[in-house]
Amino acid sequence: MLTKRIIACLDVHAGRVVKGVQFVDLVDAGDPATQAARHAREGADEIVLLDITATHERRQTLLETVRRTARELFVPFCVGGGIRSAQDAGQVFDAGADKVSINSAALADPGLIDAIGRSFGAQAVVVAIDARRDPHAADPVRDAQVFVQGGRKPAGRRVVEWAREAEARGAGEILLTSMDSDGTRAGFDCQLTAAVSEAVGIPVIASGGAGTVAHFTDVFARGKADAALAASIFHFGVSSARALKEELAQAGVPVRLPC
Amino acid sequence: MRVTVIDYKAGNLTSVLKALRHLGAQVEVTDGDLALVESAERLVLPGVGHFQATERLDATGITSAIRAAIGRGVPFLGICVGMQWLYAGSSEAPAQPGLAHFPEACTRFPECSKKVPHVGWNSLEVRSSSRLLAGVGPGEFVYFTHSYKAPVTAETAAVTQYIEPFAAAVEQGNVMGVQFHPEKSGATGLKILRNFLAWEGN
Repeated sequence: MLTKRIIACLDVHAGRVVKGVQFVDLVDAGDPATQAARHAREGADEIVLLDITATHERRQTLLETVRRTARELFVPFCVGGGIRSAQDAGQVFDAGADKVSINSAALADPGLIDAIGRSFGAQAVVVAIDARRDPHAADPVRDAQVFVQGGRKPAGRRVVEWAREAEARGAGEILLTSMDSDGTRAGFDCQLTAAVSEAVGIPVIASGGAGTVAHFTDVFARGKADAALAASIFHFGVSSARALKEELAQAGVPVRLPC
Repeated sequence: MRVTVIDYKAGNLTSVLKALRHLGAQVEVTDGDLALVESAERLVLPGVGHFQATERLDATGITSAIRAAIGRGVPFLGICVGMQWLYAGSSEAPAQPGLAHFPEACTRFPECSKKVPHVGWNSLEVRSSSRLLAGVGPGEFVYFTHSYKAPVTAETAAVTQYIEPFAAAVEQGNVMGVQFHPEKSGATGLKILRNFLAWEGN
């Protein structure tokens, strides 16, 4: 039986794992290679490394971090942040990533999705969408808006439409972050996740708001997510992938328990 | 042990090479040097992406060299599209023939309410006679990402269920294939690659 994936997310800044609330107030949370290895050992199904303050000057730092992290990692490894061309993506793959996550660069040039998919396969392209409900719209969920610049600036696109376009252009997965929920530990935005998951035929990874085990059962059931991202829940020893999965298994969610 | 990995420019080989090296293999890569295929002790054909990309194997003469190597008893492992290539072809690229070591064809998952591609960790029902999957028990999972799959036949070494049962692994003597990615399947995947590296004649 296909299991629901629990994905450990490492937000990285200048080669270190950091955690903030709604992308501000960053706190140091350790070394990416050490953290990734620990999460994989404890049963995380996949590792996502997001360079949250990627700049051109820090490109080599990121590639070195990816190389170091990938070295002993034998689960799928996705890298995002600062990837603006198929060539950038190629460097990240050469450094050991299996997938790249693209966000604002894909909004600026949607053809980037096609280009990376053509060269490296659709399975290697994750389109990340930062979403906020639109409180002024008749249907705040269906009309949720895409945001860029760490959630500060509206991109002028509706989330569901953009997810569909990404799929049509050859994205392999959608990583959907609810900016309303991110860092709150108050639960995923299940309605928004379900709206996107029902609109596309590719897997949707839910992100933003994980705080308890019940939040995960909820986003798999009500949110129709194929995978869920967790960052803060794993940091500072709050919980482990193993503990989370054992509880999910007891709640009837199909998960891969670590051997 | 020496392993020759065939690069046909379909996606990224880094993860496969890394896993083989991690297991102590001496890895060489060829994208057209037939001498390397002819002298190979073990062959791995990885592959992510489109079945059409296997046309490069025909164009470079690697297809014939692989057929000859298999005939000599060289252990061969196809991964993902590399496994599908062992069959007669795939509906993903109907005009592009496979090796046809197995006579069946690969097809897309049928349309239904479930998502295609099949992405994630799924379980294996292993046939007890499989040498490639020796030691892989119930409750172990491997990582898949694909939209096309091979049918279940007498040579199927493991069956996985998604929408319908399909061949997660195939094995006939020295010819082996896995639809999943052992290089991305944690300890279970490394165990399978180790079995391949340890494979010694009949």
